[in-house]
Amino acid sequence: MKVSYNWLKQYLDLNMPAKDLAEKIERTAVEVDSVTIAEDGLKKLVVGHILSMKKHPESDHLHICSVDVGEDEPLQIVCGAPNVDAGQKVIVALPNSRIGGNVKIKRSKMRGVESEGMICALDEIGFSKDVVPKEWADGIYVFDDDVPVGEPIYHYLGMDDPIIDLDVTPNRGDMLSIIGTVHDLAAIYDQKPEIKKPSVEEDQSLDANAEIKATADSGLAKAYKLRVVEGVKIAPSPTWLQITLWNAGIRPINNVVDVTNYILLKYGQPLHSFDKDKIDGDIVVRNAKKGEKLVTLDEDEHELSPDDMVIADNDQPIALAGVMGGFNTQIDDDTQNVVIESAIFDSFHIRKTAQRHVLHSEASQRFERGINPDGVEDALNEAVSMIKQLAGGKIAQGIVTASEYHPELPVISITAERANHVLGTSLKLEEIKRIFDRLEFPSVEHGDTLAVTVPARRWDIHIDADLFEEVARIYGYDNLPVTLPTGRQTIGVLTSTQRLQRASRQILEGIGLTQAISYSLTTDAKAKMFLMRDSEPTKLLWPMTQDHTTLRMNLVSGLLDDVAYNHAHKVDDVSLYETGRVFYKDSADQIRPEEVEHVAGVITGNLTDPAWNNHVKPADFYLMKGMVNQFIVNLGIKGEIAYSATDQYPEMHPGRTANISIHGHNVGFVGQIHPQIAKMFKIKETYAFELNMQALIDLPKNDDQYQPIAKYPSVKRDISMIVDSETTNDEIVAVMNKRGGAYLSAIRLFDVYEGENVPDGKKSMAYSLTYVNPRETLKDEVVNAAFEKIKKRLTADLNAEIR
Amino acid sequence: MSLRDKLSEIKEKGLADIGQTDDLKALNEIRVHLLGKKGPITAALRGIKELTPEERPEVGSYANKIRDAITEAVAQHRDQLETIQLNKQLAAEKIDVTLPGKPVAQGQPHVIQQIIDQIVDLFLGMGYEVLTGPEVEEDKYNFEMMNLPKNHPARDMQDTFYLSKEILMRTQTSPMQARALEKHDFSKGPLKMISPGIVYRRDTDDPTHSHQFHQVEGLVIDEHITMADLKGTLITMAQNIFGDKFDIRLRPSYFPFTEPSVEVDVTCFNCMGKGCDVCKHTGWIEVLGAGMVHPNVLKMAGVDSDVYGGFAFGVGPDRFAMLKYGVDDIRDFYLNDVRFLNQFSKRGN
Repeated sequence: MKVSYNWLKQYLDLNMPAKDLAEKIERTAVEVDSVTIAEDGLKKLVVGHILSMKKHPESDHLHICSVDVGEDEPLQIVCGAPNVDAGQKVIVALPNSRIGGNVKIKRSKMRGVESEGMICALDEIGFSKDVVPKEWADGIYVFDDDVPVGEPIYHYLGMDDPIIDLDVTPNRGDMLSIIGTVHDLAAIYDQKPEIKKPSVEEDQSLDANAEIKATADSGLAKAYKLRVVEGVKIAPSPTWLQITLWNAGIRPINNVVDVTNYILLKYGQPLHSFDKDKIDGDIVVRNAKKGEKLVTLDEDEHELSPDDMVIADNDQPIALAGVMGGFNTQIDDDTQNVVIESAIFDSFHIRKTAQRHVLHSEASQRFERGINPDGVEDALNEAVSMIKQLAGGKIAQGIVTASEYHPELPVISITAERANHVLGTSLKLEEIKRIFDRLEFPSVEHGDTLAVTVPARRWDIHIDADLFEEVARIYGYDNLPVTLPTGRQTIGVLTSTQRLQRASRQILEGIGLTQAISYSLTTDAKAKMFLMRDSEPTKLLWPMTQDHTTLRMNLVSGLLDDVAYNHAHKVDDVSLYETGRVFYKDSADQIRPEEVEHVAGVITGNLTDPAWNNHVKPADFYLMKGMVNQFIVNLGIKGEIAYSATDQYPEMHPGRTANISIHGHNVGFVGQIHPQIAKMFKIKETYAFELNMQALIDLPKNDDQYQPIAKYPSVKRDISMIVDSETTNDEIVAVMNKRGGAYLSAIRLFDVYEGENVPDGKKSMAYSLTYVNPRETLKDEVVNAAFEKIKKRLTADLNAEIR
Repeated sequence: MSLRDKLSEIKEKGLADIGQTDDLKALNEIRVHLLGKKGPITAALRGIKELTPEERPEVGSYANKIRDAITEAVAQHRDQLETIQLNKQLAAEKIDVTLPGKPVAQGQPHVIQQIIDQIVDLFLGMGYEVLTGPEVEEDKYNFEMMNLPKNHPARDMQDTFYLSKEILMRTQTSPMQARALEKHDFSKGPLKMISPGIVYRRDTDDPTHSHQFHQVEGLVIDEHITMADLKGTLITMAQNIFGDKFDIRLRPSYFPFTEPSVEVDVTCFNCMGKGCDVCKHTGWIEVLGAGMVHPNVLKMAGVDSDVYGGFAFGVGPDRFAMLKYGVDDIRDFYLNDVRFLNQFSKRGN
């Protein structure tokens, strides 16, 4: 709500700069979006009087005007506006002035004729086109005759009035009005403004209830009241009213409509004016019927739904209740008799209708947040009085009432002890009572308690906590003490799961992977990739975009998106990991998916930058495997880690992917992304792993005990052999472990070779074996015997040729 | 020439030879020659039998002294030569220490993770527990138990990703308030928890909106928790994350699940409170929402609101990171450009 500082000053004694007032409002009531003074940034704009005018010799639309700007000599200004005429008082931008949009105006020549400035339209001096009256929309603005020539224009257009734009929270609908804002500021600054109750001069010869009848379902309209004014003369509003409206962001229309908008601003009570003679019979507030249509004031046609609430006459809808009036009954220049409506419409209906028709008006915004039941009649009365004053006519006697709403005012009892208990203050009951006095909430002390009556204008307040908020904000949040919670002690520690999760991130970062956070919502196709178990995808009912429709069932595809983004930006080397949830469903009928913690990583290109002393090789399967293996080892999970070749993942290279299991439990996979998938993602050769982090968390961990280091020296023996290419390292190591004897403590593969000097279909494998006896020094004979046995078994079992 | 003189002569010549040698190998040869079985001292001592038995011990001991002197001289001279040789070697080994070191692989936490960890660590230190909950949530926890009944304006269908009428992607971490309140046994002590996690909104991604972002919920419920405690807690957090120079201000606001509700501003990062374009010339930047837990929230979770009460707050780590580092596009956090990710401090603050 755009609030005029000058309007507030009519009620309150305020003399601080607008910026300070805004800060006070922010700290005490509602957020302030901006404080603006329309004249800021403008320079040398004065009222000019066009003394005479002649046609420009070289143009069919330009005129040469002689304009008195209060100086010794009139200025010669060329003007192209269609409505320019001699005798007008106009906005003149003097030479070296600045108009809207920070444009500088200089002396210039227009088609050979000197022009000493510019005669301006309202939108040229910074007015939004939305608020410029239709009368001045296509030409220059013309002042009333009594405006003094040569004076700066700002005051005469309300441009010197600071406008404070309030961003009102849903609970403070009362602040969407000048009176509501005045009430709150009165409490903040401890003032007692005088807000007069309007009086109405009715004409005894006319009876409103004889002129029109109205019915309303009180479920749709808690209050519905009409007044009738006959014999009005439609004309533009006086300048002060137009200024008030445009400063609030509302376009002035005519004296009747402007009055309803003025009352809306003042009371926060939306009104609507109908041309009485266009209404066919009586008025009813009802739900729209299927198939009904209504053209609203903005000339858009709306197909109505039975959920919409309308005002209708005997024949058809004449307004979308509380949202926008109908074109068919609007006030026009010939209107003589008007019906003014003041009502409280059901907020839920209004919200739904405003959403359905994308019509968020000043009126609907207020009905959605609530209306002061005490103001319905006052607003109506003041409106008709103003109409009579500005447009003439007779006010019919009486108010046509279809429904009425006078809620019982809540009385809430509080104690100082309870207020202090919640706020941490040490206020006395008298001090609290003073705050409610300032707010004009009647209150009565009964011993330790204070019974507070909440006025109708603050329909947001229901319980003691609401009152404590009033106390806190008027007392001032800045004045609250600063303390930390005391009381019973608690211990702040991470759970073992949380510690493991934190450790797992640190391990992965330590081996060179950077943490990524990707989107959990992805495409259906990507959600289904790299599936580690059978699962149905979880889809959103109404996704926002095609890229984010389905919850991921893997982390790798998101990381591949990240790699693709990097490649697209010329970054070839990417090494990332991510921890997060995947979402599994056992069947399509299941609505809520199971959320499982996963961890995944990708590498493509070089892990470190190549340099003069760093001859790097691009990432390969064994680098990724080494990382994932180190990760699992560091987590200290009990049991053997095993890798077995798998072609079960259609998105992985069938010959370069391994399932990973720990102590027989499958926990994930590591391998190369299938070249076709890589091509699809537009990424280079990429390696990835994904593990079920939840499984890693759940698996038993090694005891925290150390193995004593053997005191006796170890003995090393190297063995080199030629085996079939198909023979795996696992098979060789298995034989060694099985037949290695009690003292074989470590097996290290140090060379794999295929090629020259090795027959086709064969490869050379070389291992270093370490023997150790923890109890005594090993004798050569013992080692030799054990070593010979291994050689023999390798030859016998794997057809190995020992070299 | 007496045997003694002969030995003296051997000594003088020997010491002179040692002194003149500038080569370790030659020095060793000299040592072996002088002190060896075929050396001049041994040879000279063959003449000892010519001496009287009284003279023999004296000459013998003199010979030993000479041996010791030579050994000592060789050792000394060897040290000298070795030092010279080492210095020569060191001079030859000189390298260009300005050449770059060998690159080492080092990953780092995501900047949002850094902010979350910092918040988590701070609150652990103040005795809070860390709770996490489901990202796919029931309408009941996400809205109803947060005092947002079905037709409440603040729970617009437009803003929420639904999976069904009752199941949705959580729009806030606040449902963890309801879940924690339901479970907590207040006879065992107060509830002090924070809950970090991912939340989802049905928004179009742009520089300031993301359909996925993070929140950290905080909740403290006990018999006597005040709004002053909330203020103190928020100041502690702001100063811990942003720095001691930062102040906060509370402004009235509205959330259905707190009453009173406040919005919290911190000193503008850009101008430190002087007023600039970033803070719309107010000197303040809005960073989080908070308030005293609404009695309805406590009641719905089965907690006696006459006995227990407290505060809650919700922090956006994405927004914190944007403010702290001047990131102007929230989408950067989820695109994972490694050049972006690697810029942020690895110090853990």
